[in-house]
Amino acid sequence: MAGVSLAVRPANWPLRLAWAGFALYLAYAFSHLDFTPARFITGLEFGQKFVAKLFPPDFHRWELLVKGLKESLEMAILASALGLLASLPLSLLGARNLMPAWITWPARLVMVVCRSFHPVIVAIVFVKAVGFGALAGILALTVASVGFLGKLFTEAIEEISLKQVEAVRATGAPFMSVVVFGVLPQVFARFIGFASYELDANLRNSTMVGIVGAGGIGGTLFAAFQRFDYDFVCAIILSIIAMIVVGEVLTNTVKRVFRV
Amino acid sequence: MTPAVLAEREWLRFTPAERLARFTVYFTIIAAIVVSVRTVEVIPEFIADAPEQIADLLRRMWPPDLAYYPQEIHDALIDSIHIATLGTVLGIAMALPFGFLAARNVTPFPWLNWAARLVLISTRSINTLVFALFFVAVFGPGPLAGTLAIAFHSIGFLGRLFSEALEVAATGPVEALRAAGAPWPSLIVYGYWPQVEPAFWALVLFRWDINVRESIVLGLVGAGGIGMVLDTAMNLFQWERVAMVLLAILAVVIVAEVVVTYIRKKII
Repeated sequence: MAGVSLAVRPANWPLRLAWAGFALYLAYAFSHLDFTPARFITGLEFGQKFVAKLFPPDFHRWELLVKGLKESLEMAILASALGLLASLPLSLLGARNLMPAWITWPARLVMVVCRSFHPVIVAIVFVKAVGFGALAGILALTVASVGFLGKLFTEAIEEISLKQVEAVRATGAPFMSVVVFGVLPQVFARFIGFASYELDANLRNSTMVGIVGAGGIGGTLFAAFQRFDYDFVCAIILSIIAMIVVGEVLTNTVKRVFRV
Repeated sequence: MTPAVLAEREWLRFTPAERLARFTVYFTIIAAIVVSVRTVEVIPEFIADAPEQIADLLRRMWPPDLAYYPQEIHDALIDSIHIATLGTVLGIAMALPFGFLAARNVTPFPWLNWAARLVLISTRSINTLVFALFFVAVFGPGPLAGTLAIAFHSIGFLGRLFSEALEVAATGPVEALRAAGAPWPSLIVYGYWPQVEPAFWALVLFRWDINVRESIVLGLVGAGGIGMVLDTAMNLFQWERVAMVLLAILAVVIVAEVVVTYIRKKII
């Protein structure tokens, strides 16, 4: 179709420049990787041997495996429960439509700090503070839960209709009654959805914090990796995937029950 | 029915089945918490001791070693951001094909859908740190391993959400193109792509934000970036340096979130 131009939109030079700049940045960042074809090819050979050693997975030490998975699961459940307990009052304090600015600011700051650090980083700090084991993991995952649940809860509370809150307030109800009868009924279903999402996330992370000694299957995984026990590594990874998939199915069922 | 009978009728918000389902969920949650509390291996003395130990740790961390930032932290932090960005770009490149293959309306072959979905589920379920362990074993320690780990873990997230966006795309424009005899690349470029483009960029920004956080941890298993500096400082008990690294991480993560929010407002 000669003569028909596809260029309907006018050229957007600032955007093109931005893309060119981004491409330059990528090239620069790539040069920092020490990527050489020789290294890549030897790496691929290693990778082949590695993958060959992964199979068949070795489930002989299933007792160790079950113990680790159970501990991860317990850590995820307790951390979610504690995180939920802590983030409920915190999100009420952080909601701009219920509280004055001098209260919302500190509450929001706590959430931002909790959210900024990866659970594994928080876990290292807690391992140094309270020693190895599940406790450090539970505390680390709780911090992460407070960050995310706090943020999501606050946003949900800020979107409620204030009419019901005013109605409850007009009856002369104290603050707690305003929260229980005016605010919570409006956000309850969404809270359930967020909490089950967080349980999923905690389950994923609870299998990892063990890498730094904070309990759960991650410690077993890391130890097996360092002993080049790759068929056991494969068994562990497969079980982790199975647990996460089952967890996801269960939380989806909960969401359906509560019609989130 | 007389008004009296009507007044006596009991109104229920949920059907018996719904109430039973809700009760089961509540009961399971409570039971799970109780069982966990009773069986988890936590030493009670450690809990009692925790506040004091944490206070002690914070005292050791203060004041942060500001002079350490230009020496070691800055370069490692930049490395971490490089890893996050390159990993995200590489992840997009690998996720797009799987996203298209997994979307049932774009790829009309069920076995291809399932194969693509299997890839997406497994890459999403394997943590970045596990990928990092794998790539460190294969390519040796360093940022290359970290970048690949970030990229592989991002496939599942990006691919799944992208295929979900594709599946809700309107069929009208695509059918119009097909009726005009357009070949399949044109269907994707002119039919689907314009509809999913905003969702796609939102996903990419969201994932980059997550990847910045993840890239910081990777150093703990030797995959480059700020995590390695943190690990060294911690193993040497240089708590003032640890505090400085944590502050730097906090700053980077917050800046990344602000950047993402700004770009999102610009493009969506």
